[in-house]
Amino acid sequence: MANRRSDTDGKHAVFLERRGYRRRRLADAARVVPVVGGVLILMPLFWSQADGERVSTVSAFLYVFGVWALMIAAAAIMSWLLSRKEED
Amino acid sequence: MASLNLLLFVSLAYVIFLFAIAAFAERRAEMGKDGWLRSPLIYTLSLSVYCTAWTFYGAVGYAARSGLEFLTIYLGPTGVLIGWWLVLRKLVRIGQAERITSVADLISSRFGKSTALGVSVTVIAVIGTTPYIALQLQSVVLAISAFSETEVAGEQTALWVAAGLAIFTILFGTRNLDANERHHGVVMAIAVEAIVKLVALLAVGAFVVWGIAGGIGDIAARIEASPISQWEVSQGRWLGITFLSAAAFICLPRMFQVMVVENGDERHLATASWLFPTYLLLMSLFVVPIAVVGLELLPAGSNPDLFVLTLPLSQGQGGLAMLSFLGGFSSATGMVIVAAIALATMVSNNIVLPTWLRLQGDQASVTGDVRSVLILSRRLSISVVLFLGYVYYYLSGGGAALAAIGLISFVGVAQALPAMLGGIFWRGATRFGAGAGLSAGALIWAYSLFLPSFGADAVFSQSMLEAGPWGISWLRPQALFGIAGIDPVVHAFLWSMLLNSAAFVFVSLLTFPTPLERLQGAQFVSIFDLGREAREWQPRQVESEDLLIMAQRILGSSEAQRLFQEAAEGQGKPGLLPDPTPDFLADLERSLAGSVGAATAHAMVGQIVGRATVTVEELMAVADETAQMMEYSSQLEAKSDEQARLARQLRRANEKLTLLSVQKDAFLSQISHELRTPMTSIRAFSEILQEAELEKADRQKYASVIYDETIRLTRLLDDLLDLSVLENGQVTLEVQTATIGAVIERAIGSATVGTRLQIDKPRHGGSTVIETDVGRLSQVFINLIRNAEKYCDADQPTLSIRIREAQGMATIDFIDNGSGIASREREVIFEKFSRLTDQQRAGGTGLGLAICREIMTNLKGSIAYLPGQGGAAFRVTLPVSLALAAE
Repeated sequence: MANRRSDTDGKHAVFLERRGYRRRRLADAARVVPVVGGVLILMPLFWSQADGERVSTVSAFLYVFGVWALMIAAAAIMSWLLSRKEED
Repeated sequence: MASLNLLLFVSLAYVIFLFAIAAFAERRAEMGKDGWLRSPLIYTLSLSVYCTAWTFYGAVGYAARSGLEFLTIYLGPTGVLIGWWLVLRKLVRIGQAERITSVADLISSRFGKSTALGVSVTVIAVIGTTPYIALQLQSVVLAISAFSETEVAGEQTALWVAAGLAIFTILFGTRNLDANERHHGVVMAIAVEAIVKLVALLAVGAFVVWGIAGGIGDIAARIEASPISQWEVSQGRWLGITFLSAAAFICLPRMFQVMVVENGDERHLATASWLFPTYLLLMSLFVVPIAVVGLELLPAGSNPDLFVLTLPLSQGQGGLAMLSFLGGFSSATGMVIVAAIALATMVSNNIVLPTWLRLQGDQASVTGDVRSVLILSRRLSISVVLFLGYVYYYLSGGGAALAAIGLISFVGVAQALPAMLGGIFWRGATRFGAGAGLSAGALIWAYSLFLPSFGADAVFSQSMLEAGPWGISWLRPQALFGIAGIDPVVHAFLWSMLLNSAAFVFVSLLTFPTPLERLQGAQFVSIFDLGREAREWQPRQVESEDLLIMAQRILGSSEAQRLFQEAAEGQGKPGLLPDPTPDFLADLERSLAGSVGAATAHAMVGQIVGRATVTVEELMAVADETAQMMEYSSQLEAKSDEQARLARQLRRANEKLTLLSVQKDAFLSQISHELRTPMTSIRAFSEILQEAELEKADRQKYASVIYDETIRLTRLLDDLLDLSVLENGQVTLEVQTATIGAVIERAIGSATVGTRLQIDKPRHGGSTVIETDVGRLSQVFINLIRNAEKYCDADQPTLSIRIREAQGMATIDFIDNGSGIASREREVIFEKFSRLTDQQRAGGTGLGLAICREIMTNLKGSIAYLPGQGGAAFRVTLPVSLALAAE
């Protein structure tokens, strides 16, 4: 995971290296969240075609709001992690 | 009517309250106590200008007509905010670094501070936003009529509302022209309105769910039973409108204003990334229940857009209805105020000021009163924008046509998206590309959505809508390229975005950006890597005083003087006037851009500095970091290569020195031996001669031994002398003309008397005429031939001589068939005192090749060992004409 060579430079170097790595992957995750959200939100498009049977509005409602709340939670966690990393 | 009067009273009180809040916030900001004004919460709430009256009232109507589809309007922006790391973060960073004042300013600044692009975006924004403002006015009028039993004079009410909003906006939107264009009062008022909106909608929702229906279970049952549940998802619209609202969220002038321009701290975005989606979720949570219950309880034919208001009214909940009215009122006014500020900034910075500057001529920047012109143009622009909104409302008659304008407006402003995103992510985007994309998109939008939206026979005739212009069916406005059956909004969005992006990309690929464009492009695209180190102006005979005068007119004296003083201090100069260095000019321009926009600021500084372009050299200086890094590392690499080469040379020199030192020691002992041997025999034979009684023949013999030894000594001393003369350059050359063949013949003749060495004479080239010191040259040849004779260890020693001539240089190779010279010894054979093989056999002085080398140097030529020839080989190179070579 961390650069192997820096292992010999002492513990501090390993820590820095790993932290930089984590921050980059965190930024990657921040980019992935909206993509996942987008895919989930577009799911209702495939429902009605399934077998002619209508999905009830209430369950559709619950699904969309559920995804929405999940995305908000993910965004909140990401933003907390990202701003914490930026501060130190 | 009593309720109507109460309504007017409450609204008035609410407006006064908003004025007070705004004034209070401005006061706090002026006193510098603006800590809480810049909190992430206020920032998030200010984003709620996205939720206008159209969404406050309209969402319920939308749900009543199309079920859950209304959610797409909120899901698009949610996606944008959750993905803030991708786009918004960069937008905000650029906005802050470059002091961007509007969408038009962003695009103009990115594409070489182009005025034309700024104007185009401004025009599109005004056309797209004006109907939206009309929609807000309509919503207020409709809401008021819902309260009154009698007919309300809609146009009059709308006019009053528009006038009131204009006053508020002018008061709080043009108070300050400070460099970063923030309006604390307005933002504060918007934040308060955001809370009112949310509370109102939640209150109505809670009343519907727990007051009218019997809780969550009951409302779920009612939803299933309601006609809304008959709704089937339209894939095109679900997808299209989600993307459309996401695009509009970034491009809407009012959204850009609160999101980028009013942003005080980039980190607020991190909070807003989840807090604003939460706000949107809460705003839409009760929309479906309200719609369902409204459809159920209210008489058929009631306007579902007003359910939020009419439902509480029908249940006798006057207070709740009042709250709901305030919520709608907040939504409408918030949108109008921010949109008016954003549009006024665009109009005055991108249209009015450039025009005024041009009219004033060259001296405008110094003599004109820019500040007052700027404020006046802002105020006029605000009034004009609101008046246009009113006129639009008046002309459209406030009918149902207006209700559809929301999405139509979205598609219009979304046309800026390709230029915007392309501009901040793609360095290859050019202003022609941006212009082409914008024009193509705007044309398609107007043709296929905006103009047809006025209805058949309004702008386009019914027959033209159905059959296409001049009967060309693939040009039908709402079925372009023969693709019919798509929802008109999605159709227009799809085609305008596709053609907009295509034109943008293709024209960008074909055209070439100006240096300033490339500079701005590099800065925008690599904003996170570069920081703000751009150089844009080359110092000239610029009068700092002129700059100060101009800056004072735009920024105000104290602000301008502070800026100049700080710059002067930074340069280590006393007083107010810093040197107009490129850094200072770039900073100044950025500060001015915060007030008047990038294009105007550039033009104004350009007027004084006397140049409005960037040179390629300056551009090179700010080449992106990657290039710099690459150059640096290749420099390092070159340096280390050079060092390695030097080290190799040193090592070689050292080896040679060590070897020479050994050789020298060996030679010294050898030369003393060489001298000592003849001296010893001379002394010995002289002693014998002194003793008489010798045969005559013996005496003769001993005398000749002494003679021979003396000759040997003399030769050794001659060689040493010769070498020393040659080395010191004291030799006088006798230049003669001869053929090489003749010189070689002579050398062979004197060198090979009575030896068994076979000489392979040159077959050709011997006739080459040379003009040099022939005597010295043949000395070299003789030496080489004698060396071959002495050292060649083959059974049948053979020496081949080859001649070549090219480009005024003659090359003569002497190659024998012996075992050659070991490579480690080749280094030293030309040095003095070097002798390689058995000394007794050789009998030379060890100076021969050293003398040869010195001779060849004097003849402007060279002698070198030629490796890889099978035996020992030497190459003599000399100019055909010594005189020419010496020139």
